[in-house]
Amino acid sequence: MDVLKKVPVKEQDPKTRAANFNEVCYGYSFEEAKQEASRCLQCKNPKCVAGCPVSINIPGFIKEIGNGNVEAAFQEISKYSALPAVCGRVCPQESQCEQRCIRGIKGEPVAIGKLERFAADWARENKIQPKKPNTVNGSKVAVIGAGPSGLTCAGDLAKLGYEVTIFEALHEPGGVLVYGIPEFRLPKNTVVKAEIENVKALGVKIETNVIIGKSITIDELIEEEGFDAVFIGSGAGLPKFMGIPGENANGVFSANEYLTRSNLMKAFDDSYDTPIIAGKKVAVVGSGNVAMDAARTALRLGAEVAIVYRRSEAELPARAEEVHHAKEEGVQFHTLSNPKEILVNENGWVSGMRCIRMELGEPDETGRRRPIEKKGSEFVLEADTVIMALGTSPNPLIASTTDGLDTNKYRCIIADEENGQTTKMGVFAGGDAVTGSATVILAMGAGKAAAKGINQYIQNK
Amino acid sequence: MADNYMIINKESLADSIYLMDVKAPRVSKHCYPGQFIIVKMDEKGERIPLTICDYDREAGTVTIVFQAVGSSTKRMAEYEAGDAFEDFTGPLGCRSELIDMPREELIKKKILYVAGGVGTAPVYPQVKWLKQNGYEADCIIGARNKDLIILEDRMKEQVRDLYLCTDDGSYGFHGNVCDCIQDLIQNKGKHYDIIVAIGPMIMMKFVCILTKKLGIKTIVSMNPVMVDGTGMCGACRLTIGDNIKFACVDGPEFDGHLVNFDEAMKRSQMYKTQEGRAMLRETEGDTHHHPGCECHEG
Repeated sequence: MDVLKKVPVKEQDPKTRAANFNEVCYGYSFEEAKQEASRCLQCKNPKCVAGCPVSINIPGFIKEIGNGNVEAAFQEISKYSALPAVCGRVCPQESQCEQRCIRGIKGEPVAIGKLERFAADWARENKIQPKKPNTVNGSKVAVIGAGPSGLTCAGDLAKLGYEVTIFEALHEPGGVLVYGIPEFRLPKNTVVKAEIENVKALGVKIETNVIIGKSITIDELIEEEGFDAVFIGSGAGLPKFMGIPGENANGVFSANEYLTRSNLMKAFDDSYDTPIIAGKKVAVVGSGNVAMDAARTALRLGAEVAIVYRRSEAELPARAEEVHHAKEEGVQFHTLSNPKEILVNENGWVSGMRCIRMELGEPDETGRRRPIEKKGSEFVLEADTVIMALGTSPNPLIASTTDGLDTNKYRCIIADEENGQTTKMGVFAGGDAVTGSATVILAMGAGKAAAKGINQYIQNK
Repeated sequence: MADNYMIINKESLADSIYLMDVKAPRVSKHCYPGQFIIVKMDEKGERIPLTICDYDREAGTVTIVFQAVGSSTKRMAEYEAGDAFEDFTGPLGCRSELIDMPREELIKKKILYVAGGVGTAPVYPQVKWLKQNGYEADCIIGARNKDLIILEDRMKEQVRDLYLCTDDGSYGFHGNVCDCIQDLIQNKGKHYDIIVAIGPMIMMKFVCILTKKLGIKTIVSMNPVMVDGTGMCGACRLTIGDNIKFACVDGPEFDGHLVNFDEAMKRSQMYKTQEGRAMLRETEGDTHHHPGCECHEG
């Protein structure tokens, strides 16, 4: 064994998986996990922990795996995270814990994400749940949104003895974990459902089909239903469009719509009622993780797929692993290209996309080189379906129905980063509703911070 | 709640048009005329948006009316009183703008409702609200034929003058709703300041063409394809004047003179071929199925 390299993880063959929705990565076996765990240097001052938004005791749980005591490893992680099987799959470890791993200075870092996933999967398969708290403190907290930040905040508060109810607008809890991230990256029935069950096992109640601001307001939750504090983790659900001609043609979708149909409504499975337009030639505009998810979903539904991105390969915002997987599966990349118009046939359907080539100019305010149109370089990309994956912004519904809850110019709720406190007393917020669209783990970190803030607020009341 | 989303009462209003009172206290407590709900029958069902037809805050029920035209609504028609839906959420969208109009302004308005087919159902709570709050309105109910006129008796109790019209002349005025509007204004000396038209898109389009000529403000209620109904997916986007609006959060009611109906109608056809396929799968052998002219579907 080469100690400088990660123990390789088995994956489904790219050609096979491009035609199915089964999970791409198989994860480590017990022996592989033990071997990988032995690469951890057990640093006295572990840098990896500082790189984790929820500060998991990483050397601690890896040590337990190394000793073959996986249940202890799982219980150690569970002290910090309610969603380890999710995070082990979708966290950008390469820019967080693993980036700071001392092993990584010379060679590859320890595969922290894959080990976390292993411990969580093992626990699920062996029906181990996190330990239920036996304290009850008599205070009630309402959590809005059953996504990563809400589930984390709820789990942490339940551990402290609070009676927590999560209100979820959709019919299924999980937020972006169920409507956004596809099955082949994050299995819903096994992984996501099980972790939500773990949060419920802590005593958290989840009420689905409740749209805060419509079914009931925050003020009513406090005044009529007796909640002592409220956490808003409603995410960033509103899709963006480009505003180019032809965008309302039949066959143009937001990535949110496309992914919601396939993931939440399971349109990829013929036995479900919700339809999806598979498309023969699909153009996906944008290049973040959501764009990769949409592209790889369309591919699995049988389409030829091209990603259209206005900057160059070097600026691709998606995780390297996602881009790599997409390329392996056959997704084409048109970098330095930008759509100008969606061409529409006489029946109102997409018939192609007129694009223009770009070149990179001076750096802009984000530090990335600004893409500039190359005159006379227009071309038509063949397409019958266009998916816009341009990012999302927070839903204004809650802010617009709650007096005293302030938002910034991006419609994000203003909240203290340290404790989640908003401009309204007793109301806290975190995750994408505050930051705009970011990652699962950052939202979880915010949910954690807010749980501490809520505890402090209620104890000092 | 044990009886959440349970069907308390089911009525057949006409051939393949059904009314259901559904237990949904959270929705019932907060809903207003103009808003809609989303119902999902079971694990594999679609999220189906339906405009609210009535509500009883004390009983905690919401009334929905639907026409069994697609494979999902046909399946829904098989549900009986005592059965429960898996999911029922709302109220969604904005309430009717008339509700928020200042009293001194609204009391002066002469209002005409134009209800087409199943579109009579979402008109009902509006005229009921107006009557309860001391206002008066007239209403036209139009349908292809007599058998498809629904809620006639209930509507009669809530409006000042009720006019009926059928395309085939089998009941009431012989002609479509546009002919009937023209008849009221030109031959019967009626005058209106606001028309609220709810029905098939093609009907709303032609009512708007007429009322634009007549210079009468017209409100329409749009029911495009939707998935989540909370602003997340953008499937329901419409062109309203120079702007893109989401029917689920910005509507469903809009200034009818600003709606791009042709685009909306094309968009509403997007899944028709797929729906057709699902239908065929269920009614094996019935390869000649024709859902009929869109004018008469809800």
